[in-house]
Amino acid sequence: MSAPAYAIPGSTPPAAAAASTPPAAAPASDALGAARSVAEVLSSTQVQAVLQELDQELVGLAPVKARIRDIAALLVIDKLRTNFGLQSQAPSLHMCFSGNPGTGKTTVAQRMAQVLHRLGYVRKGHLVSVTRDDLVGQYIGHTAPKTKEVLQRAMGGVLFIDEAYYLYRPENERDYGQEAIEILLQVMENQRHDLVVILAGYHDRMQTFFQSNPGMRSRIAHHLDFPDYGLSELLHIAGKTLGQQHYRFGTGAEAAFERYLELRMRQPHFANARSVRNALDRARLRQASRLFANPERVLDAQTLCTIAPEDILASRVFQDA
Amino acid sequence: MMTNPTGRLTQGQFSFLPDLTDAEIALQIEYGLKKGYAWSVEYTDDPHPRNTYWSMYGNPLFDLHDAAGVMQELKACRAAFGHHYIRLMAFDSTRNVETIAMSFIVNRPAVEPGFMLERQEVQGRTLRYSTRGYGARQPEGERYR
Repeated sequence: MSAPAYAIPGSTPPAAAAASTPPAAAPASDALGAARSVAEVLSSTQVQAVLQELDQELVGLAPVKARIRDIAALLVIDKLRTNFGLQSQAPSLHMCFSGNPGTGKTTVAQRMAQVLHRLGYVRKGHLVSVTRDDLVGQYIGHTAPKTKEVLQRAMGGVLFIDEAYYLYRPENERDYGQEAIEILLQVMENQRHDLVVILAGYHDRMQTFFQSNPGMRSRIAHHLDFPDYGLSELLHIAGKTLGQQHYRFGTGAEAAFERYLELRMRQPHFANARSVRNALDRARLRQASRLFANPERVLDAQTLCTIAPEDILASRVFQDA
Repeated sequence: MMTNPTGRLTQGQFSFLPDLTDAEIALQIEYGLKKGYAWSVEYTDDPHPRNTYWSMYGNPLFDLHDAAGVMQELKACRAAFGHHYIRLMAFDSTRNVETIAMSFIVNRPAVEPGFMLERQEVQGRTLRYSTRGYGARQPEGERYR
């Protein structure tokens, strides 16, 4: 390397071509570049760890986990294909999450950004979470710059559009939402390698949204349905949530909570994991006021952490039943 | 002696190097983003050394995480002002810094005629100097093609 890395403009540089390829594009590691089997790729990437973590931290959601597994598998196989000199094209990863309230759409989207980053599909792995307000402007000419700015912020990561059906308002034909959708579509098509778009919303309303925007439907490769949680899954979630807040069920409290869930699930407006979280929050309130009512009592850590059955049985759900 | 043998404007970083490729520009942007700078795109067809403030293309790009967003803006600016000078500027918003931390030209007109040093003779043997761009004779928008 005796040739200088610079060249004086106007003069004929000796090796101009060498200077035009930046060094950062070099392949990650030699082990990965020489891998010939799935196991070899797995050992030099974090794919396995990502999948295990997902399995442990998210309760239920079998179809979602299966899809992430597929995506991970594709990454591994793509890596092997590149090693053998075969062409591999970045897949379209735009997704639609549809499901009832509280089924974990937002939570999974947040995890998805990390997962895709660690699998190497997005460069930065941050999540930009927006709703209609952040994309659609208030007057003519306001929408395009607004949408573009959001898209630029999301580049290298995941753009999460919550309640995406609000973007399209069929009752007002001059609504600016359509303009935002068109810009979105364009970027989703042309800059697939720069960002991943995730739309989320309730199932039936998403269907109507896609019916009126067929272009959007066809550009989204992954339609993921989030199923409602079963009773045992909800109990599992309750245990986890309490554990994160350093609480636990006392004797009989878990059985009481199970009964509570059975009754609550039959009532209208049951919002799956969100209802569980709210119920637990209220139980914590009742536990606090139960302890508060007895000011002379000396409390230990054990008592402060324990949710007693009466904290749950005081719920209005039991009185109605 | 020629003052401008290469016929190129030398302002900002990398201006004595050959033009950066898009990949190299993207790497510089990445570097700035990692340092927490906010990028912006500016253009002008009057690159006089004292013309500090060029026209800004679009808004300054705050809160970006990836070079792709800046490159998109740059591409749009090139499409609109292909024969102008375009530069990228990185603003460091750190308290008590609050200034431009990086600045480099990313687009130049094909022909750069350079500047003339004008000598004005005044009282006695006093001389007054001023710099005038040869390109600046034409009205705005017709200076370079």
